[in-house]
Amino acid sequence: MSAPAATPFVCIDAIEFGYDDRPLLSGVTLHAGRGEVVALMGGSGSGKTTLLRLLGGQLRPRAGRVVFDGADVPALGRDALYRLRRRMGMLFQFGALFTDLSVFENVAFPLREHARLPERMIRDLVLMKLDAVGLRGAAGLMPSQVSGGMARRVALARAIALDPPLLMYDEPFAGLDPISLGTIAQLIRRLNDSLGATSIVVTHDVPETFAIADRVYLLGAGRIVASGTPAQLRGSADPYVRQFLDGARDGPVQFHQPAPPIAADLGIGR
Amino acid sequence: MLIDALERVGAAVRGRVERVGYGARFFVRLLWLAPAALARPRLVVDQLHFIGNRSLSIITVSGLFVGFVLGLQGYYTLQRYGSAEALGLLVALSLVRELGPVVGALLFAGRAGTSLTAEVGLMKAGEQLSAMEMMAVDPVARVLAPRFVAAVIALPLLAAVFSAVGVIGGWVVGVQLIGVDPGAFWSQMQAGVDVFDDIGNGVIKSVVFGFICAFVALYVGYEARPTPEGVSRATTTGVVAASLAVLGFDFILTALMFGTD
Repeated sequence: MSAPAATPFVCIDAIEFGYDDRPLLSGVTLHAGRGEVVALMGGSGSGKTTLLRLLGGQLRPRAGRVVFDGADVPALGRDALYRLRRRMGMLFQFGALFTDLSVFENVAFPLREHARLPERMIRDLVLMKLDAVGLRGAAGLMPSQVSGGMARRVALARAIALDPPLLMYDEPFAGLDPISLGTIAQLIRRLNDSLGATSIVVTHDVPETFAIADRVYLLGAGRIVASGTPAQLRGSADPYVRQFLDGARDGPVQFHQPAPPIAADLGIGR
Repeated sequence: MLIDALERVGAAVRGRVERVGYGARFFVRLLWLAPAALARPRLVVDQLHFIGNRSLSIITVSGLFVGFVLGLQGYYTLQRYGSAEALGLLVALSLVRELGPVVGALLFAGRAGTSLTAEVGLMKAGEQLSAMEMMAVDPVARVLAPRFVAAVIALPLLAAVFSAVGVIGGWVVGVQLIGVDPGAFWSQMQAGVDVFDDIGNGVIKSVVFGFICAFVALYVGYEARPTPEGVSRATTTGVVAASLAVLGFDFILTALMFGTD
């Protein structure tokens, strides 16, 4: 696939990160090569979104390297970071569309801000991007007038407006109906392949993700507990992986929050 | 024990100073980005409409009623000393020197300031500012700076409208209803109100208040916690802080401008 001795396109090496007193990530390593769809899965609050923010330069790790296309992200100054971000497209969990702009203007935003193009060309590009996600007919609507699934597709069109080589998806499947789920999953794969981009999908939706991902990383308790192709993970015997994939109530991740015995709480001691 | 208490006081003071420093840097950043915002007039004009035009109704109605009251109260007091002809002068000076800028700024902080804070806070809560950052567009430059420039332009204009309408209100009550001589009303006003010392100083005040209200509203909105409670607390803090700052600066400016006579 990629040149064997070169650093992977996206390289997160042994990073440490935490908020004030709470450590969140410890020794996390993640690689993604060009053209791959990499899934980052884990329970809620396991730090998946934090990893995306570290990759995008919105947060700085305490230790370790974050490298994107050869650039050391945490070390970049503001202007260099902004230049790097033009090569990243990010889809936020609920779309994060600009509510005061129409669908068309939302997708046109990155083009207007970064590319000096004549208005006709911007119009054509925007309509093509919207067509790629199937929403060319919604171009005139406002974000408040489209459904959640549609809003996410518009946000996807906006994320690919500048044809970035790296796409990041923050929980793209959360709260969608089955039709929208399948649509977004197929779009992620198709766009990745046709753009020749690399996609990192943060999610905890197993069936949809396994259908489109080349590699899966499973995050638990602040570290990578398992990684491999979807088939390898399905066959894994690791208890955390098994609990996650099977949706078992108890396992390495406990159902009950630690608490004194219920008899003591209810006052029926013996 | 004592060491603990001292530590806590020290930490609190340090935290306060840090926040003040952060606020000052934020203010300087807004000033720095303001000229670039003017280079994109479309954004500023849109904001000027939301901030300025939409405040006109409250400013004019308030100005009118403040003018009414000034006319009434002014007449009662002046007439006791036989100086009822000076009513026009009293109304005009009160409005132009003090009430126009100050009451205009307080109303502005309440109406436009809170809507700015809420809008920015909600954009933050909806991850719109984060999305903009990830699209390599500085949200302070794209979202905040145009609103800052628009507010600084709008407030002096609104204060002027307030004063003008207030004078009309004073005239309606004083001349039309009470019967003060219109000639005296206007001529005393014309003679006593100086365009630089009175009107000019009033304009300077409203420009300063514009900076204050705009900065406070945008700052608390930008720093708000992205939850409903966070936005609500931010709007409250914003209005209170802006109002107090306006009143405080009004005292300082008044002392500087009108003190040496």
